[in-house]
Amino acid sequence: MAKVHVTTSINGEPMEFLCEPSDTMLDALRGPLALTGSKEGCASGDCGACSITIDDRLVCSCLMLAVESEGHEIRTIEGLAQGEKLHPLQQKFLEMAALQCGICTSGMLVASDALLRKNPDPTEEEVRFWLAGNLCRCTGYDKIVRAVMETAQELQNQEMRAH
Amino acid sequence: MTELRYLAPDTLDEAVGAFAKAGSAARILAGGTDLLVQMRSGVLKPGVIVDIKRIPELTAIEQTADGGFRIGAAVSGMALAEHETFGKVWPGVLEAVNLIGSKQVQGRASAGGNLCNGSPAGDSVPAMVAAGAIVTVQGPNGRREMKVEDVPAGPGRTNLKPGEILVSFTLPPRPPGSSDAYLRMIPRTEMDIAVVGCGVSLTMKDGTVTAARVGLGAVAPTVLLVEDAAKALIGSKLDDAALAKAASACSAACRPIDDKRGTIAYRIKVAGVLLKRTAAIAAQRATQKN
Repeated sequence: MAKVHVTTSINGEPMEFLCEPSDTMLDALRGPLALTGSKEGCASGDCGACSITIDDRLVCSCLMLAVESEGHEIRTIEGLAQGEKLHPLQQKFLEMAALQCGICTSGMLVASDALLRKNPDPTEEEVRFWLAGNLCRCTGYDKIVRAVMETAQELQNQEMRAH
Repeated sequence: MTELRYLAPDTLDEAVGAFAKAGSAARILAGGTDLLVQMRSGVLKPGVIVDIKRIPELTAIEQTADGGFRIGAAVSGMALAEHETFGKVWPGVLEAVNLIGSKQVQGRASAGGNLCNGSPAGDSVPAMVAAGAIVTVQGPNGRREMKVEDVPAGPGRTNLKPGEILVSFTLPPRPPGSSDAYLRMIPRTEMDIAVVGCGVSLTMKDGTVTAARVGLGAVAPTVLLVEDAAKALIGSKLDDAALAKAASACSAACRPIDDKRGTIAYRIKVAGVLLKRTAAIAAQRATQKN
């Protein structure tokens, strides 16, 4: 079966890969691209564990064909930390124990980052509605929501000090 | 397994040609939030996928010369939400589109896909029906226009002809004193499928309704335009008697099924209740603006 050659950008790096036309973006990430941070939970767009962004828009990578990434900019959980330095959301999730088993965590972080980029000062209700597409069966969500709120607060304070 | 071919043409003519040539083996890909799930579960095994998102007309949101809006069939819910003025003119259509799935799903899912998927419970459809949207479709025999309520043919089926692709929705210009609203009944607050959905569009002058349209979802094999409910509202000041008459018209229009989401009796009752609530929100918005 003929594979398709795809040229894209992943976490700011130009990238090329081969895939079947029916492969999802999640298949390509976890297969030929060896980026296994995005998780497969439901494979039907319900759980959000495979959340990525395409051209800064939050999507489920299980609901997108890998060939659709041609010419677009993909960002995954692997692009969140700067080398060894964790992203403020990652740091806060650790400090506040906003994870237990960890399977939802990459998706939670990618989705939360997308929220804070769009809305740096969300209300608790806005956080809960935004994360409605990210399922967690361990934490009961409270610690996750609190960690996102605290991160937003800290980033806002840093922003104010910088001015 | 037969080989799948993926095509992403830059023009509508190419897309129509490829789609028509591949016949029943072909599927259109817009947001893919239904298509990929159906492929994954084995319900669908398309031989050709025609991705329409590289065609500018299908991803554009434009204001028409007369003050209406034209929305490309593949415009995502998130793109519509980010538009500067659309949600101010059509808050009901926008809230309906933005009830489809999670933020992740809204990043991809389109009103065009929601309509062509043919679900009686598609959230954007009753709001588009209430808005009086006209769809443009293009096929091997050229372009034509249809009323949005004429597109669904039954669960999972549409009245598009073989080879035809949904191009765009055109929403009419809004006279002063107009607004709309959409409400759906679900037993939770997010991420669910409508038990009943109701869209209402109103134009008000000095507290009196001068124009109205009502769309109902999830209560029949297709989304319904309820003209009798609109008639009951037009000329009224949305007094209790007019609202009761419109609610009865909605209940009378229902031909629902019993399923795990709701019984026939429940859906019929809720259709009337939702009409009253939705009309109240639309009226409040219509009068606020003046």
